[in-house]
Amino acid sequence: MRESKPKIGVYVCHCGTNISGKVDVEAVSSYASTLPHVEVARNFKFMCSNPGQQLVIDDIKEKGLNRVVVASCSPRMHEKTFRKACQTAGINPYYFQMACIREHVSWVTEDPEQATQKAKDLVRGAVARVAHHQQLASRVVDINPNVLVIGGGIAGMQAALDIADGGKKVFLVEKEPTIGGNMSKFDKTFPTLDCAACISTPKLVAVGQHENIELMTYSEVADVSGFVGNFKVKIRKKPRYVDADKCTGCGLCTEKCPSKVLSEFDHGLAYRKAIYSPFPQAVPNTRVIDAEHCIYFQKNRCRACEKFCEAEAIDFDQKEEIVEINVGSVIVATGFETFDPTPLTQYGFGRYPEVYTSIQFERINNATGPTSGEIVTKDGKKPEAVAIIHCVGSRDQNHQKYCSRVCCMYSMKFAHLVREKTGAEVYEFYIDIRSPGKGYEEFYNRLQEEGTHFIRGKVSQVTDIVDSPEDEGKLVVVAEDTLAHKVRRIPVDMVVLSVGLKPASGIEDIARMVGISVDSDGWINELHPKLGPLATPSDGIFVAGCCQGPKDIPDSVAQGQGAAGEALSLISRGKLEIEAAVSTIDPERCMGCRQCEEVCFYGAISYNPVLNVCEVNEAICKGCGNCAATCPNKAIELRHFNNDEILAEMEGLMFAPVDTERNFNEKAA
Amino acid sequence: MADNGMEPKIVAFLCNWCTFTAADLAGTSRLKYEPNVRIIKVMCSSRVDPVFILKALLDGADGVLIGGCAPGDCHYSKGNFYARRKVALAKKLAESMGLDSKRIRLSWIPASEGPLFARVVNEFTESIKQLGDNPTKREVYI
Repeated sequence: MRESKPKIGVYVCHCGTNISGKVDVEAVSSYASTLPHVEVARNFKFMCSNPGQQLVIDDIKEKGLNRVVVASCSPRMHEKTFRKACQTAGINPYYFQMACIREHVSWVTEDPEQATQKAKDLVRGAVARVAHHQQLASRVVDINPNVLVIGGGIAGMQAALDIADGGKKVFLVEKEPTIGGNMSKFDKTFPTLDCAACISTPKLVAVGQHENIELMTYSEVADVSGFVGNFKVKIRKKPRYVDADKCTGCGLCTEKCPSKVLSEFDHGLAYRKAIYSPFPQAVPNTRVIDAEHCIYFQKNRCRACEKFCEAEAIDFDQKEEIVEINVGSVIVATGFETFDPTPLTQYGFGRYPEVYTSIQFERINNATGPTSGEIVTKDGKKPEAVAIIHCVGSRDQNHQKYCSRVCCMYSMKFAHLVREKTGAEVYEFYIDIRSPGKGYEEFYNRLQEEGTHFIRGKVSQVTDIVDSPEDEGKLVVVAEDTLAHKVRRIPVDMVVLSVGLKPASGIEDIARMVGISVDSDGWINELHPKLGPLATPSDGIFVAGCCQGPKDIPDSVAQGQGAAGEALSLISRGKLEIEAAVSTIDPERCMGCRQCEEVCFYGAISYNPVLNVCEVNEAICKGCGNCAATCPNKAIELRHFNNDEILAEMEGLMFAPVDTERNFNEKAA
Repeated sequence: MADNGMEPKIVAFLCNWCTFTAADLAGTSRLKYEPNVRIIKVMCSSRVDPVFILKALLDGADGVLIGGCAPGDCHYSKGNFYARRKVALAKKLAESMGLDSKRIRLSWIPASEGPLFARVVNEFTESIKQLGDNPTKREVYI
């Protein structure tokens, strides 16, 4: 673009006495008026004030200025203010340059003479640079109103429902055959003891039936490309071998299937068939065939399910499908897994049948679980004493250093349920009880009143070695009671390990695909720990629920709703303004060496093999300039920080102005 | 402090997010430091082309300071590491032209480290004073 001959206005700010107390502002402004292309140079008490800005606006209008330099505070303070003033006066806001003579000069320099000299140099640099400034216009792109939610747990479901209720289309992707996540495995929820199924099942149904939600269960995100407002997502739909349109969910196939497998949903406490639905209220209620354990797939015979299915829904020929969708924003809600206590051999998990993890104990308590909600040992007996061990894998330097936040509360919920259902004595071995939350501390008090034994101490061992007659046939829990200063040996019938939470497997892959990072524990890094809990450094990617860190159900739901709000806010903007200071590649100069593509952190540069040149996607480019400094042919220009501008500023800072004049004339010619 | 009466010219390319902000913080904290550094803002230290550094030196700057974010803190995730490579290249080229590579310094200064910025400027100014004038000021290259 051919730029008009510069007519520059220079404005030196006193900032009260912040600048003028050290820098001779008169001298600086009169020096500025001698610099090339400078039409007018003034100094003023407060340039950022309304009269100060008006001074700039009036001069632009009356004197026909087309470039403005303000020498005042840091551009981080007031660059926007003056750009706006330029725009108001009718010139391009990028025709503005700021010289920082407060933070970088008057406040940090002892000697007034040196401060004045430094201020003059900085003004000279700014004047030299602004002469090379180009008109830039921010670009605007449309935002696709569809949203992708990854993960169908309570946070993902809530986010999907809120967005769908707002009238926008949602794609909900879940890797398991059903939505519901971990919450659907629970029996009661603390501290109110609501039945988890009673409060979550209606959500499952609402998600399954909502006209704006396209449910994609038994599917995984395979690839995400694009940028905020315009993501292209590839979803891998695993074959169910059951036609969802035909399956009526009658369950006859499951009944007839001869192959038994340990149930993942019951965490190995019960069996399921090779054709199954994880739990009775599953949404969608379409069965799925587990090909790994299906006799037909393994040995090429059986097909019992096919014979008995009246709806003819069984389809052994189904293949994996890749579905492509376009969305404008993504909510990651991949949730958590529980810690596997097998490495903590002192607790005997996997060795003693009566040692359970907390999620297994949830299933035992649940009416649809392996014991239909009865708390009984594997021999079918009611326990007389139950030990609950806190912080298994959490707050442990050898495993997970963090507190998983929910374990104290669910452990106390277990204690209540055990006492209610069996009348057994319950021993809670804890390090500290952490019960922050509405009604949580009250629940703790209630448990103490109910007669639960709280023993402060970390369990050293769970053993079946008999030391005294009452240990016979029991598991003995050994711990130091740190309040009573003695070692306790307590014989119990069942041991529950309150295992901590860890990020769901596959979270790194998803984080990489959407361009976000995870912390040292594997949880997703949010934009800001306090002020940006749901956004991420990648625009248009939001997080909700436990994938960002351990949290309880109310917090997960709140985050789901919050993330939905973020996505809806983005959608309702409709269009998105893209930063003008981005890289561009001159195809005449580019030789297609692709070094820029390699150094770009954002994948904003792609290679066009037809023309043998690289191209910048301006919507993705963040304007760092790494590519511009890398390009061996100098084919890449970072707008507003191009070589002419930076070198002009550098020369301006160091020399008297002769060179600048010549350079500009050469360039204009 | 080497008091040879020299007032070196030092050009500083500072990244917008960390070191430039640290320089602002040094100002708001009223830390006094040597007045020889002239700051040029770039968005990322990886924008600093080795050509800029060499051109500054050949044009007569006595020192060039490059400031970026601390490792792991880069606003653009890894730009500071690319800056390190570019500065290493510029140092080699400077040596080959007979210029002391100590005239080029890369410092990673986080946004919250105003005092560190002031210290780096003082140290660098001091070391440049000890090196003396940039020889290109006296010599003519063909």
